Amino acid sequence: MGSHGIRDRVAIVGMGCTPFAEHYDKGVDDLLVEATTEALAGAGVGRADADAWWLGTAQSGMSGIVLARALQLQGAPVTRVENMCATGSEALRQAAYAVASGAYDLAVAVGVEKVKDSGYQGLNAFPVPSDGTGRTLTAAAMFSMVLPAYAERYGVDADRLRRVAAGIASKNHANGARNPKAQFRREMSVEAICAMPAVAGQLGVFDCAGVADGAAAAVVCRAEDAHRYTDAPLYVKALSLVAGNGSGLIDPAYDYTTFPEVAAAGADAYAQAGVADPRRELALAEVHDCFTPTELVLMEDLGFSERGRAWLDCEKGTFDRDGELPVNPDGGLKSFGHPVGASGLRMLYEAWLQLRREAPPDRQVATVAQGRTLALTHNLGGYPGEMVSFVGIVGTEPSA
Amino acid sequence: MRGLLALGAHLPHRRLDRATIAAVAGGGGGTGTRTVAGYDEDATTLAVEAARTALRGHAGPAPAALWFSTTTPPYADRTNATAIHAALRLPADAVAADFGGAARSSVAALRAALAGGGPTLVVAGDVRPGLPGSAEEAAAGDAGAAVLVGEEAEGAPVLAELLGMAARTEEILDRWRVPGEVRTHQWEERFGETRYRPLGGAAWDDALAAAGLESGDVDRVVVASPHARAARAVAKDLGLAAGVVADDRVATVGNPGATQPLLLLAAAMEEATSGQVIVLLSLADGADALVFRTTEAVATHQPARPVAAQVAGGAPVPYPTYLRWRGLLATEPPRRPEPARPSASAAARNGDWKFGFVASQDRATGAVHMPPARAPMGGGPIDDMEPRPMADAVGTVVTSTVDRLAHSPSPPVVFAVVDFDGGGRLPVELTDCDAGEVGIGVRVEMTFRRLFTADGIANYFWKARPQRAADGSAVTAAAPAAAG
Repeated sequence: MGSHGIRDRVAIVGMGCTPFAEHYDKGVDDLLVEATTEALAGAGVGRADADAWWLGTAQSGMSGIVLARALQLQGAPVTRVENMCATGSEALRQAAYAVASGAYDLAVAVGVEKVKDSGYQGLNAFPVPSDGTGRTLTAAAMFSMVLPAYAERYGVDADRLRRVAAGIASKNHANGARNPKAQFRREMSVEAICAMPAVAGQLGVFDCAGVADGAAAAVVCRAEDAHRYTDAPLYVKALSLVAGNGSGLIDPAYDYTTFPEVAAAGADAYAQAGVADPRRELALAEVHDCFTPTELVLMEDLGFSERGRAWLDCEKGTFDRDGELPVNPDGGLKSFGHPVGASGLRMLYEAWLQLRREAPPDRQVATVAQGRTLALTHNLGGYPGEMVSFVGIVGTEPSA
Repeated sequence: MRGLLALGAHLPHRRLDRATIAAVAGGGGGTGTRTVAGYDEDATTLAVEAARTALRGHAGPAPAALWFSTTTPPYADRTNATAIHAALRLPADAVAADFGGAARSSVAALRAALAGGGPTLVVAGDVRPGLPGSAEEAAAGDAGAAVLVGEEAEGAPVLAELLGMAARTEEILDRWRVPGEVRTHQWEERFGETRYRPLGGAAWDDALAAAGLESGDVDRVVVASPHARAARAVAKDLGLAAGVVADDRVATVGNPGATQPLLLLAAAMEEATSGQVIVLLSLADGADALVFRTTEAVATHQPARPVAAQVAGGAPVPYPTYLRWRGLLATEPPRRPEPARPSASAAARNGDWKFGFVASQDRATGAVHMPPARAPMGGGPIDDMEPRPMADAVGTVVTSTVDRLAHSPSPPVVFAVVDFDGGGRLPVELTDCDAGEVGIGVRVEMTFRRLFTADGIANYFWKARPQRAADGSAVTAAAPAAAG
């Protein structure tokens, strides 16, 4: 991948995030207003000060008008972007590049999704007319195929691996229980998670991310301007995106134990940011735990664990809140649910809190006090074999 | 010499034990079993599977005509046979047409094929209706059957030649069903019996006379009729030696409507030796008698999926499940959006894939692309592909899952990633299996199914089903290739 990156050329100077919940009393406009108001206030600016806007939403509205109308922006360039579950991160990526290019001084990235007005459980993509031969499987079932494939490849006992997956959910529930903005704030034991009836393969309902409405926003400017807006900006170290070509679905060489799109985006992001050993350099990682096997494989694809060893690291607590590398200290998709357009920016919001030492004490990761200054956010959208993946890295210190 | 070139049948995997009916329906049922089409099968898919069985190994010219008969057509106002034509990948200049709605239509199609020119595929499929607890429900069966008729050709000898045929026609209201009804009404049985006995006898006599034979020359008779009582009476009237009248398979299969004559003929041909005289006698809205003599080729003919083996196979279906599949027991649908109807234009331009299951193969790398693609995976030139038919490919499950959330006419969805022998991978839904039967290493074959119905449109595509050993167990690859 031939990316140059924009390391330290853009800074995040304000962020906002609504509680993620079944917001039956709030519409898309309400969520947009709340997230952007918090973000703009954090940067000490008003909405007329922003030069350009990027709105990420998968299916809660068409075009930039959704945001322009909600905030009554006057003559503003507003672009709606969609890239499946990486939609929110894609909005940030576009806003950051626009600022880095010099086209705008101050830009805002907003992600929103209003999921709970559909009347159905789960996420349901808008159907594109087709010949009717496509899969109708749920995402849970597609990701459930990772567990038997992983067990087979690495010779892991199926029941033990199932408990590892449940342990990932249990960890994220424990983190989410300490987060007032999370949808689910209850701790869940491995036993309780394993006791749930199966919904797909070995996965029970608590192996799946929740479903919630929410919005999050970030204000970005050129790095040299950052201190006009805040004393503690986050510098964008890396923004990487890979849209897979779907060949994993049809290529017999693909074995369902890895997500090559994630590995490629991760490697690109580390190169952009100059990160050599993510497990020891990152203070935290916010990753796309849509289903428990997903987070297991991500630990390897993002280079946090050796191939075939993530399940052992999970068992050891390496990625617990007080572990060597805290993963999803805010509770992850598991606790927040997954308003598609908002999730990427919600992850960034946790990085914003943690790196600036603004997280509540019972959730603040110790790695920051130990001197680590970097956080990673990661999204994927799609399925094993056919997905988009985003990896971003932010940090509190500009490079020397 | 015109005659029968190939025959094949398809019995659905599921069997209903008639003894289980009364406890639910409050009556009805009986002894023995009947076949039950899967929730993803209809008359068209049953016919496709039967025709695939008949044509497997057929080395002669492709059919120039396809006549499809059924009492239960999935569509009115448009031809059902075109989907069969597409699934079988018959030549574009082959004519395909439906022979409308009555049990007699399959015999009429067979007569037309025998009278016509060129290789002609006569195919039938039926998913018989019937109200819970009715005699009709218990007696019915679901099946497909196919007969290829034509002249002898290189590699495709005639298995049985036509010696003569005869018919009688009479307007008899022994049964009727208004389109859309789920039951067939019957007049008092004795009435039909009194009409069919002379009609059957007359057609029998005329056909034997046309063939220059006597009753005593006949080695095997198959009697097919929606009127079971008349069939028994006419068979008795013929005064044949014990064992000449073939098993009507009602005890194991049931009566599959228009498919019955072709199914019984296929079964009789599998049991026949060379030089035997076989008579098909059909009693429906009159009578038809067709007299065949088997050739020496029948001795070496190996049917792809013998009827007897299919009768012996299968797996039980609980009666309530059967009722649910037929829409006779309404149950809570999944709380997911209904699947969208397939696009007619997208289906038309992707017909080779959707109906024919034809993938593409990259000339440079040999990689098989499912669905067919223009740009090859891994780079390389665009539009350097050739068609790669996959319908008869066999594969192995690489990984699998059971989806209890996905929308399905019969949850849960059993799903697997399949690697085909000789190349090609497809994540695909499985059918004709229980959830616990599928895992890494299970061997599968492809079958043409109706995935779902939306806005009245039957969404046809292919599924995989486990290959089964003689004892009914799913076949597993001897040594599944270790992943990675």
